[in-house]
Amino acid sequence: MVPGVDGFMYPNEVELQWSLLIVLYPYITGLVAGAFILASLERVFKVEAVRPTYRLALLTALAFLLVAPLPLQLHLGHPERSLEMYLTPHRSSAMAMFGFVYLWYLTVVLLLEIWLEYRADIVRLAQTTRGVTRLIYKALTLGSQNVSPAARIIDDKVGYTVTVIGVPSAFLLHGYVGFIFGSIKANPWWSTPLMPIVFLFSAMTSGIAAVLLLYMASTKVKKMAIDMRCLDTIAKYLFYTFLIDFTLEMLDLIHRTYEADESFRSLDFMVHTRLWFSQVVLQIGLGTLIPLALLAATQLRKFSEAVRRGMYLAACSLTLVGIFAMRWNVVIGGQLFSKSFLGYTTYKVAFVTREGLFSAIGLMLLPFVIFVVLVKLLPPWPENQAVGVSEDHVAAGVGSA
Amino acid sequence: MDITRRDLFTIGGKLLVLASVGATLEQIIGAAAPSDAYKMADHWWGMIIDIDKCIGCGNCVRACSKENGVPKGYFRTWVERYEIEEGKQPRVESPDGAMDGFPPSGRTDVKSFYVPKLCNHCADSPCVQVCPVGATFVSPDGVVLVDESYCLGCRYCVQACPYGCRYLHPDKDTVDKCSLCYHRITQGLTTACCENCPTGARQLVDFKNPQDPVHEFLRKNKVEVLKPYMATGAKVYYKDLDGAVR
Repeated sequence: MVPGVDGFMYPNEVELQWSLLIVLYPYITGLVAGAFILASLERVFKVEAVRPTYRLALLTALAFLLVAPLPLQLHLGHPERSLEMYLTPHRSSAMAMFGFVYLWYLTVVLLLEIWLEYRADIVRLAQTTRGVTRLIYKALTLGSQNVSPAARIIDDKVGYTVTVIGVPSAFLLHGYVGFIFGSIKANPWWSTPLMPIVFLFSAMTSGIAAVLLLYMASTKVKKMAIDMRCLDTIAKYLFYTFLIDFTLEMLDLIHRTYEADESFRSLDFMVHTRLWFSQVVLQIGLGTLIPLALLAATQLRKFSEAVRRGMYLAACSLTLVGIFAMRWNVVIGGQLFSKSFLGYTTYKVAFVTREGLFSAIGLMLLPFVIFVVLVKLLPPWPENQAVGVSEDHVAAGVGSA
Repeated sequence: MDITRRDLFTIGGKLLVLASVGATLEQIIGAAAPSDAYKMADHWWGMIIDIDKCIGCGNCVRACSKENGVPKGYFRTWVERYEIEEGKQPRVESPDGAMDGFPPSGRTDVKSFYVPKLCNHCADSPCVQVCPVGATFVSPDGVVLVDESYCLGCRYCVQACPYGCRYLHPDKDTVDKCSLCYHRITQGLTTACCENCPTGARQLVDFKNPQDPVHEFLRKNKVEVLKPYMATGAKVYYKDLDGAVR
């Protein structure tokens, strides 16, 4: 009898190959895609109410995107060879193509959009600051000092185009992560064409929830008035996105149950035993039904501002827990059963190892550290926006152009 | 003892000669490169397994482990014992991959048989498809191999293999699997597992060789590959494979 194993596993299956760090990878990438899609609501879909979170969402996306490849890097047996994915990619591999999708998203979409959005501020700060800070801002201008209304109009137009390209790119980034799992025919827990779309909507859900929480936290820290119209609008989008996500996941579940193919008995047993807490209690109960009920209540009834804030806080926090649990159940759950469908293994999280809990906690804290640095460097708050060239000027310029 | 400059040159020279002889010998003895006579395009390797002949002795597992330096607890090949009782889920076991064979079952009221497993050297291999750098590949003679100097150790291929044939080598941190004893078969030898099978249950076959007994075997017997619905182009054929085997 092998310790931690029930029934029969192929001998090489007993040890899990993808650990907690691979749970973090889709979780972090999802936050990026979700945050960016929220930002695009204002820019592309002209949802003006969410304007206060536009820059915050972009910086959130960047902070998480910079960390996204690190769990993978730490997980590799030979991290020093990871560059080979760019130099000699295997074109039939979904994972190889991720490197290019990531680079495209980081450089062409996110960095470019942030630079265009902040260019006027950067130029102003390069002129008004001193010492090393001045040098940093000067470098960030990339030599472009022209912030005339005409130049800002061009910035705005290019920025709009980049965001328009960015929306499908964000869809690609995370839908693609879903494809990495969904295309593995050997694993019935993963192999479903719904996987990319489930990943996409869960990404949007988690990203929107994260930005909403960061916005609430930022206003608290900065002692600024919270824009309830903005908060209510984001919560509304969160509710609808989450509803679609939950519907898709339930569709997958119902489909599996109704079809009840060869793998069903094995997977069903797993959900009722090893995944009961993480799937049924955490993901579906605490992480989905409760936040959905809270968000639905705010849509159906009128509550005071303070109560709504509390409800949003609870709903978003639980949403983030629920989506994390979803990633866990996909990645870890997909390795707990044997491909012979005759047995189950166990996963125990190590603590102080390269792929252990401490590394995972460090990797989850790192985006917040980067976020604080980014916020310091590129303040997203309205009072710090470019004085010389305000948004009104740009808007007026666009209008008259 | 004083060493003169002449002594130093003499000893150095001898050491140099010894080292080069050693290196040449190592090349000859431990050669992994195919022999000059071997033409990859002339072969298409696979294996046939006669389940009724397998006695579960574990000789193949031990031979493979020794030949290929397989780390303890991991398996390039293993043997499973199936015990099937009517109307019930099959009972399957493979204690330590059958490295030491099997303890007596004691059950006579069940259908019982042994199933040797190894990489199926699939022609349309899902593990090859997913490797992000092409470190795992199908050789022109039909063997799925891993270039350990190139493997990232991402383990996507381990997830993609439907048969559980791959693992991460704990010392090399690269993926490892059955190479069909490529270093042997390209020298005209058979695999370590086939050579050590006392009943001839496993046989290395070359589908491109018209004289190979595999053609008669496939013509005269009811054969099946593992998980045919996976459509991987598996090249390990089992004679009289029970439908319960996964």
